[in-house]
Amino acid sequence: MSADIFLQFDFPSILLGSLAALCCGLLGNFLVLRRQSLMGDAISHVVLPGIVLGFLITGTVDSLPMMLGAGFAALVSVGLIELVRRLGKVEPGAAMGVVFTSMFAAGVLLLEQTGAAGVHLDVEHALYGNLESAIWLEASGWGDLLRPEILAALPVSVLRLVVVNMAVIAFILAFYKELKLVSFDPLFADTLGISSRFVGTLLIVMVAVAAVAAFDAVGSILVIAMFICPAATARLLTDRLSTQLILSGIVAFSSGIVGYVFAAFGPAWIGYDMSVSAAGMIAVVAGIIQVVAMIFAPRYGVIARRRLQRA
Amino acid sequence: MAKKTGGSFLKEAGRGPALDAKSPFAVSGLTVAYDRKPVLWNAGFAAPEGELTAIVGPNGAGKSTFLKASLGLIPKLSGEVAVFGRPIDEARGDIAYVPQRSSVDWDFPATALDVVTMGLYRRIGWLRWPGRRDKERAREMLALVGMEAFADRQIGQLSGGQQQRVFLARALAQDAKVYLMDEPFAGVDAATERAIVDVLKKLLAEGKTVLVVHHDLETVPVYFSHVLFLNGGTVASGPVTETFTAENLQKTYGGRLAATQLAALHEAAGMKT
Repeated sequence: MSADIFLQFDFPSILLGSLAALCCGLLGNFLVLRRQSLMGDAISHVVLPGIVLGFLITGTVDSLPMMLGAGFAALVSVGLIELVRRLGKVEPGAAMGVVFTSMFAAGVLLLEQTGAAGVHLDVEHALYGNLESAIWLEASGWGDLLRPEILAALPVSVLRLVVVNMAVIAFILAFYKELKLVSFDPLFADTLGISSRFVGTLLIVMVAVAAVAAFDAVGSILVIAMFICPAATARLLTDRLSTQLILSGIVAFSSGIVGYVFAAFGPAWIGYDMSVSAAGMIAVVAGIIQVVAMIFAPRYGVIARRRLQRA
Repeated sequence: MAKKTGGSFLKEAGRGPALDAKSPFAVSGLTVAYDRKPVLWNAGFAAPEGELTAIVGPNGAGKSTFLKASLGLIPKLSGEVAVFGRPIDEARGDIAYVPQRSSVDWDFPATALDVVTMGLYRRIGWLRWPGRRDKERAREMLALVGMEAFADRQIGQLSGGQQQRVFLARALAQDAKVYLMDEPFAGVDAATERAIVDVLKKLLAEGKTVLVVHHDLETVPVYFSHVLFLNGGTVASGPVTETFTAENLQKTYGGRLAATQLAALHEAAGMKT
């Protein structure tokens, strides 16, 4: 395989998958610690009406109005959950279930009733994304990786994910201590005057933005897997939050690379002339890494615990 | 008491006496309900400055609820709270809270030092990371509770008593004027009990005001100077020498306190009847 073919067709897809995995994987740490693992799944449904509204207002499928709409929808959902929980006097899980499904349904209705249905949103796309469709025809050699004017010609979905990743990392660095505090002891945070609700809402908005950026590129399966697997894997390998964040980033990013390579070239290695869904394979790789960690992790792994029991 | 409907329920609650502006921690007319069932009804108390107060009452009397609702951690139907006469939201820096140990997940990836450092977060401020000075100060606080050797241990690997001491050290790091502690003595070992008593003495020597939810009636006259009897509301409060009486105990605990227990308490404290 020559360098230009790899750069033109495989490289942008690898970047897309890895970056989508990275931003979701990093934020997933806080979701898992706050026992809100499925928030990533839920939020990718909640944002639909926001995305549709963003499209209806601006008439474009540009990323900015979509992101703004998604963030706004996430904020509305947080408020609605609180409202349902208080007025309905139900547990938070039930309130979330009601709000998320209703908002998704509202999004579907909006989509159908307004003629926005022409915008591509079909089941296959939603489940698997379109990782493989990312191409970078301007690239002709390895040197192009250092040339800004050629890099700028990368697919817009890749550039969007670069921006979202930078925003996610900046958010975690800026609010690291608050995120740690409200994830561990929200009541104590409130007594300090550091509002656990405010920090929690910020987190959900970031989750919504990351979910939308990643959702469009790699589909819902990968988004849900990436919010949970890397964080859960990293948690097994360390007892420090900072180390956990770094490890989860490495796990997410490398599952992106390994998953794509397996999907694109794996079948050929065993003699089939085809490739399989890259997003699906990335999620599978992340799952395999987690299983390996569950068995071999130094302190929390099955083997280590067996040994401890026998000692 | 006759059952009340929503409207009158609200109106009748919250008619507490005027707040004591001098008290470091004054609560008045505090009413809290979980799902229509009142847990606290018109509870009030003005903590005397520089004194150790025990909050006692039977299980489900609303002792933890009293602390949580006055701190604004759970919604209240009515009631006012003042810290040296100021609303509590303007006085967060003056108050340190020690929650019950069971209120958090100890599997969290954090060390003892990490948790104690959280007591400094308010002072460090938004968008800033704890520095070396903050870590040093947190280490000193751990030393005060005899936990300096466990600073880098993950909190899940500590014993219950050690976890309680970590919470205590976190509150000490806050350097507040008022300390509210929810059952710090519950289920701890002898070493931890001694450490907590030492901390209480130190706080007292520094002129701090301390309220402690306490379940061991026998040690109330030993450790505390004041007592607040709670059972769905304030039953009685005042100095231990005057208020910790068989009559108030009976009123608070009803039949739940056996005659033999009362007799033991009499002997322990030389209590008046």
